[in-house]
Amino acid sequence: MSSEGALAAPEAGATSYWGRTLGARRALRKNPTMAGGFVIVLLASLCAILSPIVTSHDPTDLNTLDRLQAPSGDHWFGTDHLGRDVYSRTIYGSRISLLVGALVSLISVAGGAIFGVITGYSRFLDKIIMRFADGLMSFPSLLLAIALVAILGTTVVNVTVAIAVVQIPSITRVVRASVLSLREREFVEAARAVGAHPLRIVFRHVLPNTIATLLVYGTLTFALAILSEAGLSFLGAGIPLETPSWGNGMGQGRFYARQAFWVIFFPGLFLSLTILGINLVGDGLRDALDPRISRRA
Amino acid sequence: MKRYIVQRLLAFVPVVAFVGIFTFSLIHLAPGDPAALLGGQTGTREEIQKIKERLGLDEPLIVQFWVWTKKTLRGDLGESVASRQEITKLIGQRLPPSLWVGTTSQLFAILLGVPLGVLAAWRANSVLDRASMVFAVLAFSIPSFYLAYNLIFLFAVHLQWFPAIGYQPMSDGIWGWAHRLVLPTVSVGLIIAGLLTRITRATMLEVLREDYVRTARAKGLAEGVVLFRHALRNAFAPVLTVIGLGVAALITGLVVTETVFAIPGIGRLVVDSIQRRDYPTIQGLMLMIALGYLTINLIIDLAYVYIDPRIRY
Repeated sequence: MSSEGALAAPEAGATSYWGRTLGARRALRKNPTMAGGFVIVLLASLCAILSPIVTSHDPTDLNTLDRLQAPSGDHWFGTDHLGRDVYSRTIYGSRISLLVGALVSLISVAGGAIFGVITGYSRFLDKIIMRFADGLMSFPSLLLAIALVAILGTTVVNVTVAIAVVQIPSITRVVRASVLSLREREFVEAARAVGAHPLRIVFRHVLPNTIATLLVYGTLTFALAILSEAGLSFLGAGIPLETPSWGNGMGQGRFYARQAFWVIFFPGLFLSLTILGINLVGDGLRDALDPRISRRA
Repeated sequence: MKRYIVQRLLAFVPVVAFVGIFTFSLIHLAPGDPAALLGGQTGTREEIQKIKERLGLDEPLIVQFWVWTKKTLRGDLGESVASRQEITKLIGQRLPPSLWVGTTSQLFAILLGVPLGVLAAWRANSVLDRASMVFAVLAFSIPSFYLAYNLIFLFAVHLQWFPAIGYQPMSDGIWGWAHRLVLPTVSVGLIIAGLLTRITRATMLEVLREDYVRTARAKGLAEGVVLFRHALRNAFAPVLTVIGLGVAALITGLVVTETVFAIPGIGRLVVDSIQRRDYPTIQGLMLMIALGYLTINLIIDLAYVYIDPRIRY
């Protein structure tokens, strides 16, 4: 480690991420609502991983004789208009939701961090990129995603890209704001004074200090992405129809809502609970990692 | 202040330009021939050729953009492929139901969220406070379309208090209009109410610690006056911001709930156009909605200056 690291790192370390990660773990013990959220997310992930084991039917098996059957011992959540088992489709649906949610939050956090650092450091690019971000943010997010998917075609990749494109600008804004304030801080100035390479300053001192923010926004984006995917699929502009997804199930079920409420009720329940779980985790993280807000709340 | 307003209006221009460029390029983003896309699934070879000529799709992109911009500025958004109607007319017809549902939802959210947030901050850490926070997190975890179906199951199918679906213009009777508006309003408004509860509580917690609040109490003012006239007034700027952001949630909510309740509004038009691959209409809708959203937020930004005289730019 160079002398500049020894000078600057203690300050960075003390305020940032090891300290805060430990803080997060403590907070989890102290914050039962957040722990509850974690349990929900864990259960949803287990559903996704163990889908073939915990389901009773093939989610794509058609059985037109058994169409729109009420919940029973054989079909726990009933059957849909094609006689497919709603329970199995709901369990399998968690795969798409969590996959799209995770991919979108990874892409948007990475994109937001990259653009946030660039705009925080280059005045010239800042003007261009932020105008672009303002422009993208002037479309209500779901609407923009719908239009993109409608034009690009309904595939899992396109849905993921469409939702991520919409989320990147808002994360960029947040990262940019914290980069702008971080670059004026003493420990960054110290690193600069001892001649550290600008890239080293970014990776060693600036970015680690945005991790808390990224974690919080990444979690909230996760929830938002799952919600958007469900909305898109519900409207028929999302995941391909034959793939089991919560939004698909509800979207196809809406024509039979009166006779068969279960076709909508159960996927929607799983969807809402998962979003709730992620939001609880996100709120807990924010309280634990952002002392400014937690003092307020 | 005049300078601020001028600045804000000037900043509006490049964003509107971006919106225009983006909506224009939307069609060119798609794989395949834009003319074939614009012609829709039923377009014949001749029709597609006509579209090509009318829009000048054989011209260089920059010329096409110029032609499109000139037409758009004149208020000509083209013709719907599905209904052969002028898109501006189509949007005009579909606007009233959406505006009504949007307005009532926003009002519902403000009337529910703001007082709840004030009360939660007033009695911080009480049962009321906890309950309001549970309400807030639930409100924005339940997708509006799922909430809509549950409201329909409970209040329309089971209890039969409200009609399940449909819309009736106000001119056909105010009771039937209001009666059909209740469930959509709650479905769309609840998520915004949750957001407002949170932000109101957070800012009120800060404001209630201020000296002038203590002074107001010390001089013996009624608690209600202190809370709503002294404190809330000073906490209103962030609340206003969230009301502006809520407009986005509102539009999103309208798109999905109008589908659930079969309301012939803008949101429904978006979904129908997508299902019919009616690209010119999608393009026009994107443009109009983005402009509407930008304008509302511009008005809110300018309203800050009036609401909070401390803000001087």
